[in-house]
Amino acid sequence: MSTELVTMNIGPIHPSTHGVFRMRVTFDGETIIDAEPIIGYLHRGSEKLAEERTYTQVVTLTDRMDYTASMTNNQAYILSVEKLSGITPSERGVWLRMIASELQRIAAHSVAIGFLINDLGAWHTPLLYLLREREKILELFEMMCGARITNSYLRPGGVFMDAPDEFWPSLNRFLDEMPNRLDDIENLLTDNEIILARTQNVAILDKNDAINASITGPMLRASGVDWDLRHRNPYDYYEKISFRRPLGTVGDNNDRYLVRLHEIRESLKIVEQCLDLIEPGPVQPEEVPFLVRPPKGESYVPIEAPKGELGFYLVSDGGISPFRCHVRAPSLINLTLLRDMVIGYKIADLFVTFGSIDVNMGEVDR
Amino acid sequence: MFGIGLLKGLFTTLKNLLGPVFTVQYPNKKVGLIGALKFHKKSPLEFLRTQPNEFIKSLAGLHEVPEYPSQAPRFRGQDFNWFEDRCTGCASCAKYCPLGIIKIETTPGSRDEKEGSSYDIDVFDIDIGRCMFCGLCVEACPFDALHMGSGFERANEKRKGLVIPVDELRTAIKTPSTWFRPQMEDKNYKPKEKGAEIKDWHDVGRHEQPSDEELTEKWVNER
Amino acid sequence: MGPVRESFIFEFLYCHLSLEASCSSVRIINIAFIPESLSWISFSLTAFFWIFVFVNAALVGVLALIWGERRLIGKFQARLGPNRWGPLGLFTPVADAIKVMFKEDIEPTLSDKLIYVLAPILMVVPVFMIFPIIPYGAKTFLTNISVGVVFVLAITSINSLSVLMAGWASGNRFAIIGGIRAVAMLLSYEIPMGISAAGVVIVAGSLSLSGVVDSQVIPNAIFQPLGFITFLIASTAELNRSPFDITEAESELVAGYMTDYSSMKFGLFYLGEFMATIASSAIIVTFYFSGWRGPSFIPSEIWFLAKWIGVIAIFIWFRATFPRLRIDQIMSLAWKGLFELSLINVLVLALMIAIWPDPTGMQLLLMTAINWIVFLASVYIFGKILSPNLTGNKIKKRSVIYGLD
Ligand code: SF4
Ligand code: SF4
Repeated sequence: MSTELVTMNIGPIHPSTHGVFRMRVTFDGETIIDAEPIIGYLHRGSEKLAEERTYTQVVTLTDRMDYTASMTNNQAYILSVEKLSGITPSERGVWLRMIASELQRIAAHSVAIGFLINDLGAWHTPLLYLLREREKILELFEMMCGARITNSYLRPGGVFMDAPDEFWPSLNRFLDEMPNRLDDIENLLTDNEIILARTQNVAILDKNDAINASITGPMLRASGVDWDLRHRNPYDYYEKISFRRPLGTVGDNNDRYLVRLHEIRESLKIVEQCLDLIEPGPVQPEEVPFLVRPPKGESYVPIEAPKGELGFYLVSDGGISPFRCHVRAPSLINLTLLRDMVIGYKIADLFVTFGSIDVNMGEVDR
Repeated sequence: MFGIGLLKGLFTTLKNLLGPVFTVQYPNKKVGLIGALKFHKKSPLEFLRTQPNEFIKSLAGLHEVPEYPSQAPRFRGQDFNWFEDRCTGCASCAKYCPLGIIKIETTPGSRDEKEGSSYDIDVFDIDIGRCMFCGLCVEACPFDALHMGSGFERANEKRKGLVIPVDELRTAIKTPSTWFRPQMEDKNYKPKEKGAEIKDWHDVGRHEQPSDEELTEKWVNER
Repeated sequence: MGPVRESFIFEFLYCHLSLEASCSSVRIINIAFIPESLSWISFSLTAFFWIFVFVNAALVGVLALIWGERRLIGKFQARLGPNRWGPLGLFTPVADAIKVMFKEDIEPTLSDKLIYVLAPILMVVPVFMIFPIIPYGAKTFLTNISVGVVFVLAITSINSLSVLMAGWASGNRFAIIGGIRAVAMLLSYEIPMGISAAGVVIVAGSLSLSGVVDSQVIPNAIFQPLGFITFLIASTAELNRSPFDITEAESELVAGYMTDYSSMKFGLFYLGEFMATIASSAIIVTFYFSGWRGPSFIPSEIWFLAKWIGVIAIFIWFRATFPRLRIDQIMSLAWKGLFELSLINVLVLALMIAIWPDPTGMQLLLMTAINWIVFLASVYIFGKILSPNLTGNKIKKRSVIYGLD
């Protein structure tokens, strides 16, 4: 029987492209022959805009790159500024931003898992359970910094304000409840035969391929590479903290889901340890000026963001705004392997794989 | 055995079916008679006498009572709170805004107060249609004159309606957010509580209010 | 004038119109006025009345289902569901219907106009034909055709044709993939469905739905669990409901075969799908939950309604819980799993009926026990041996390992 290849444009407006992403996909029946990602629909020129703004004002731009993980974006940027201008952050400020960024990791992974299962076709149920937990984190953020998503909480030297008194009991309540909720999610998803059948042995990413394509984050760990910047290249006070790094065994979609789920559990433990170690004190050193004016030079501090290695490369010419700002966005680099991962699988697997990479178009296009 | 995982999933959803509901029915929720009585704290007869229409509605479960989500005191709201008496017209806020959407025009010296001469503010427009509520303007204000508000219901059909003009800033009811205002937080100020309105500009300041003697000492005797 | 005259509700109305001699015993009030020679008039009037009632009841049922499904799924997801229009959001489907009617009707340029218009009609009309033959109560049924089971199976398979037509005529690639998936899937699931229904027929010894209900001393869901499970899964697939909703597959194909439909044409598809759910649930109640039978202190119609709502709730529960299967997995589930299971069911039942043609109390219990043993054993065997291969790749529960320090 003679058949014909079908080429389809999927996106930029499509229910499961997680934003505005377009793929030109060629199918043979249900099988994918070729998939060409086309990006750039959400380009806002953040890097160029940063050159026009003072170092503190750029914090507001970083919120909008990966909008499911603003705190870690803030953190990556602030670490870079601190290195550039030689500011030693105050101790309590660092603990606070570690707590914030670990909470953000939980929130971002919840979104990632929820939408991955949604791409599998679950009628929003796991997604809503997870968003319900994320909502509690966002409420904690609202207590801390007055905003739920566009936080702008961090400042060079620490954070702008100490967390209020009512934050700590709420955080403790969240830490108590979350493991039970995760058990619920695991009951619903982990052993579910339909999910296992849909995700196992689909879009396997080989260890070496992942390293060669400079994949980072949970996706790399799902392929079995023990690479976590919090452990390998500790920034802030991560060396004082002990945590385990979940690794996948096969490198397929199911592993990527499992790694994220277990990372949430580890993040909860990290927050608990931070709570034990945090001590009262100033949240920002006195000598940090309102208008940071770093000396000439350049800096790059990579951090482990929920999606992978995130770093801001900043060049200073001694002025009040960066001379050049470049973002190493994990979403963009993780997305590069999509084509190689999906070829030969079915249409339905394309979306699941895309979901399991967990990209955020705001970060891909910036 | 094949299917155990599916059954586990089914029971998890069943558990959640019987569990609590997390919806907040902003801005109002429909309640029946019992809910209405609970909300108004009235006896059925009293409710019937005072609001007969609402009573009948509540029998059909259509009586509406307001419901709001919880809101942290630091919540960065849309309506900026500005205290004219505190503002010197220095325009730090305008300069520090990343988007440059605060427009300030001043004329010098028509007013003379105890603290010295000041500027009259003619224009102080904030175009919140472009604002991203980052709060850097509030952070930059050296005199605690500008505060983030605590409201979020300023949706409008026209772009012009999204510019807060100076007159509105002057006359608005002021329930400032405690964002970047530790002095308010120390006072345990909650903008969303009843009677949280701030009438006196002295109350939002960073410092103790100096007495008249101190002011005389500082500004008259020492010179 | 055949089988309708056996129906009590039909006869009751008919006799109050017609002066036919045989009617006098049924008549309660003497208001009949149409002479016997003009009996076709009274017949048509009665028929029109009942058609009117059934069609409208089905439409109201769809509205109720839309509301109920959204509310229930909302509760499953720990939220409220629709709550703005009317008390408990009861008028939401009405508002939806009005909105759908007033939307612009778009016909894509590349569409095949005639087929494009016919497809939604073909989706709805056959489903209406199922409602009259279902026995809703001991006396409440409109007609009792002698080949009811076959009729039901025939009618329910028409909608796959409609889906294919819609997919083809839209001239849209999402739609055609959805349409082709629908045909592949719906045809495959016809077979296990038919074979499971054969199990019911063997036990009943009759093809009429009333006969099926009468035969169920023990409800078939308990008496032949294997047949029940296969029939339930197969009819979920027939209905394009989750986890078999690959024809619409929101996250893959946008809306599948109805991507290009708008306005009331889309409304008809929506209507057809929900009505099919209602009809299928009624059939499942009739086949497997002993229809209207139940302790007689509650009227039989109420029993039927309660069971009906229960079965619909099961469908909604599935939808709230399960993700979607992939097309190849769906096909292998039909051919490698359900097909064999339903065959085993029929085989065992046929053997037992051959041994005990007229089972009485103890024998019935014995048969039930045997059926359960067969059910558990075959599901276990299929789960153990076939399920890892069922989906094309070996699935195994796994966990993560942890990085060493
Ligand atoms: S909140 Fe930010 S964007 Fe809005 S006026 Fe203030 S500084 Fe400008
Ligand atoms: S609000 Fe504050 S920063 Fe702005 S002009 Fe007035 S005193 Fe200056």
